[in-house]
Amino acid sequence: MTALTGAVLAQNALSAADLPQIGAPAIEYGTLSPVLAITATALIGVLVEAGAPRRARFGLQSAVAIVGILAALAATVWVSIHDLGKVSFEGTDLLARGKTVAEGALVVDGPTVFLWGLLLVFALVSMLMFAERGLEGGLSGFTGQAAVAPGGAGEREATMAGIEHTEIFPLAMFALLGMMVFPASNDLLTMFVALEVLSLPLYLLCGLARRRRLLSQEAAVKYFLLGAFSSAFFLYGIALVYGYSGSFTLAAIDTAVSNQIAGQNLLLAGMALISVGLLFKVSAVPFQAWTPDVYQGAPTAVTAFMAAGTKVAAFGALLRVFFVGFGGAQWDWRPLMMIVAVLTMVVGAVVLIRQTDVKRMLAYSAIAHSGFILTAFAGAYEGSAGTATITSVSAVMFYLAVYGFSTIGAFAIATLVRDGGGEVGHLARWAGLGRESPVLAGVFALFMLSFAGIPLTAGFMGKWTVFSAAWSGYAWPLVVAGVLTSAVAAYFYVRVIVLMFFADPEGDGPTVAVPSVMTSAVIAVTAAVTIVLGIVPGPVLDLAQNAGTFVR
Amino acid sequence: MSALVVAVLLPGLAGICLALARAVVSARGAAAAGAAVSVLSLICVVASWSARDGAYAGEVDHPWSTALGLHWHLGVDGISLPLVVMTILLCVLVCWSLAADVTSTTDDHEGAGVVLVALVLVIETASLGVFSALDLVLFFIFFELALIPMWFVIARWGDPGGGRLAATRFLMFTVTGSALMLVGFVVIAVTAGTLQIPTLADLPDPLTGTVPLLGGVAIAVGLAVKTPLWPLHIWLPDAHSKAPTVGSVLLAGVFLKLGTYGLLRVFVSVVPEPAARLAPYLGALAVAGIIASCLACLREHDLKRLIAYSSVGHMGFVVLAISTMSEVGVLAAVFASVAHGLITGLLFFNAGWLKQRYGSATFDALGRGLYTRVPRLAVVLLFAATASLGLPGLAGFWGEMLALRSTYEPSPALDRTLAWTLLTLAALGVVLTTAYFVRVVRRVLQGAATPRDDDIDLTRTEAGISAVLAVAIVLLGVAPGLLTGVIEPAVGAIVQVAP
Repeated sequence: MTALTGAVLAQNALSAADLPQIGAPAIEYGTLSPVLAITATALIGVLVEAGAPRRARFGLQSAVAIVGILAALAATVWVSIHDLGKVSFEGTDLLARGKTVAEGALVVDGPTVFLWGLLLVFALVSMLMFAERGLEGGLSGFTGQAAVAPGGAGEREATMAGIEHTEIFPLAMFALLGMMVFPASNDLLTMFVALEVLSLPLYLLCGLARRRRLLSQEAAVKYFLLGAFSSAFFLYGIALVYGYSGSFTLAAIDTAVSNQIAGQNLLLAGMALISVGLLFKVSAVPFQAWTPDVYQGAPTAVTAFMAAGTKVAAFGALLRVFFVGFGGAQWDWRPLMMIVAVLTMVVGAVVLIRQTDVKRMLAYSAIAHSGFILTAFAGAYEGSAGTATITSVSAVMFYLAVYGFSTIGAFAIATLVRDGGGEVGHLARWAGLGRESPVLAGVFALFMLSFAGIPLTAGFMGKWTVFSAAWSGYAWPLVVAGVLTSAVAAYFYVRVIVLMFFADPEGDGPTVAVPSVMTSAVIAVTAAVTIVLGIVPGPVLDLAQNAGTFVR
Repeated sequence: MSALVVAVLLPGLAGICLALARAVVSARGAAAAGAAVSVLSLICVVASWSARDGAYAGEVDHPWSTALGLHWHLGVDGISLPLVVMTILLCVLVCWSLAADVTSTTDDHEGAGVVLVALVLVIETASLGVFSALDLVLFFIFFELALIPMWFVIARWGDPGGGRLAATRFLMFTVTGSALMLVGFVVIAVTAGTLQIPTLADLPDPLTGTVPLLGGVAIAVGLAVKTPLWPLHIWLPDAHSKAPTVGSVLLAGVFLKLGTYGLLRVFVSVVPEPAARLAPYLGALAVAGIIASCLACLREHDLKRLIAYSSVGHMGFVVLAISTMSEVGVLAAVFASVAHGLITGLLFFNAGWLKQRYGSATFDALGRGLYTRVPRLAVVLLFAATASLGLPGLAGFWGEMLALRSTYEPSPALDRTLAWTLLTLAALGVVLTTAYFVRVVRRVLQGAATPRDDDIDLTRTEAGISAVLAVAIVLLGVAPGLLTGVIEPAVGAIVQVAP
């Protein structure tokens, strides 16, 4: 019996020549160079962590991160110039430019490259904030020993010895890698992997604040738990959509959706679950509950990085999944997205009014701004040939640029207003900042005006583009709701300005720390961009508009 | 670079330079510089007007952002020129009064006086920008740009009690209004596919239907807040009365005109069909405002609040004229706007001087018998009050007369029965206006004198400012053709002119 089986097996054994040929996957290394550069940077960071002496590590790590990002930025520019061919369909050029790469796992097209550029610039600016050591007496704003109990002897020893966690840089690079792959994914599985790669390092980074460590750890746990839930929803949604369409690839899903190949219930449930995962990341209502706690607890540099970067990545992915994959079912998802957009704007703006903490205030403002971006998304206006009307994709991308710079700048200023216990969070303590430091308060006021959408700041141009895209997509209730809520939110921003310039300081008032050149550079750059995009939005807007639509 | 662009931007740039150099500039020097810059700006406007060829003087039109269809498009025609000149004139006078004002120079903060001048100059640039913008978004940008500096002026230099609240209320009302106006602009831009006001005004087939009507409503409500139209006027009395003198003058003289000018330029001309459908409502609200403000004035005990309420009434006449959508209506609206700017400017200057002397502008604080105590000041107040109530021979008369005349013969937009009813009620408003100004004269100027230590008659600067405004008011009163001659050729840009 055994011998017989053996003989059969031997008979059935195939020789190598009988197997189908499995070629090596074709990887477009040149087109993927920005992603590869960031991967390499992250890995080099890990090696530096293992090999370099402790004293040299912080400087080395920050240098590696910054050089890596600059290299990736250069690669992105190169890709955008040389590697974005027009897509033709039956002999005519389409609006889309670019191609699918890595065996269809990723797609590098106009929007991808624009979002990569944004992400890299935001990461570069945030890394300058990460590397800031001038505010905590020569140490970074991250805890020295994350493993020891807050307030214990171990913490004091670590501080005395000048120990610092330098893993923050490779962690941030891995998060950046995930953010770059997320909106570039051409199939849902790659997207899920990217989601995890971007989220896990951020969960860790959130828990590493030097001051108020319990709050920081609470933020990390909260973010992790809720994030894990949302990832699970996302994954379940992928499974259902796979069950409906038989594919993970967005183009194949699009074909299935357009042909309505099976019962709609599976598709609707899948779409709903996927949108839960994505809307969580953009902190849209009703998935916004984590935002204020996490923004408040996380180290401010991480909050800035997260607020700008995650939003770019998640909105990029949201647009790609819903416009490419579920474009054929837009009459199913658009009404719901409109409701989410209105809720997000209203809740964000109304709750904003009662905030008393700077970082929570910026968190609710982030929620409200997500709502404004969602108006353009729910408008789903894809443009028409021959007109220059702003499309939803370019409006969202332009708004992300506008919002990202202002929010990073605002967080950078929040790191500078300090007293003996670290950053001064309570807004009441910001009273009289205008007298203490007119320039700093002036720049913060500029960011507030930009958030409020006052003309000649970038925020106004951003609002104009999203509302015009929403209107073109016949989503006029969103435009009306958006404009009214931005007026409500403006009330709060104005109150902050009044507080800084007209109110009398409470007690001694806060002191404004003198930062190193890095944070100063962050503030200068973000303020300059906020003004320039408000006065000459043309170049960036044209760039967003020329990015065209998604490659399928 | 056209002379008009220089005229618009020069004051603002000068203001920014002054604010940056506030450590080395005295408030008096800054105010003098501000007046000089404004005069330069006036020269530039006159230069570009005299060199005009085509519909708009000094027209510049550069694409700004092709993706948005946004243009840097400025130009001045007969509708805007009178308002531009009036704005510059008032700003020169405001700077003059600041140069002589001792309280702003001895302020508790270094350089505060300079900053005030700088803010006035930025407001001037923003207002000139609104009056000359020919692109909807550009119009909106300048409209909002005027807001923030004015808010600072009221909050920082206004009355210690209630100034901040009034400023916040002013800001919130106007920001909400502008937000609605922006919605309207988005609607118009998307439906018509252009932002250029001259193109929109000359569309071969004007926008009609529900969507443009919604846009029109949004624009009208936004502008009605600024004008202000009853019942959206409630921000105004506080803002005007709590603001410092320069703030009140600019608010009444220039800011309210942004609203009325906007109604002409971006409402009636851009969306004529929706405007015609909304005209009866505008007219009715305007007349309600006239009556309500007159009744409020009859019971008011604070001179500054009284003047503020009277502004609501006068703006009611302007809006009534606009709502007729006739040629005479446009003429009346511009004329009455300019006249109100000059007259109310003088009234607010006067009230400010009184408040400076007596610490408050309530009738009780002013006492009685100003004729005996400060005769020249009292005469100026009497002159301004009679001009405001529309005495023939002064500028205010022509504004109201033309407004009523246009209501007698409205365009088909306004039903004739309704128009004549409105006319009757508005004429009642004229009577009531006379009544409350007579009450002021009797209560404050006449009567047994109650002398105070603070009884100081007009200073040289005050006399100068009064003289300039009085001459302008008399000039327009006896020779209205000076102004109507400029306005008339341009009326076609706003409404269809009968051949």
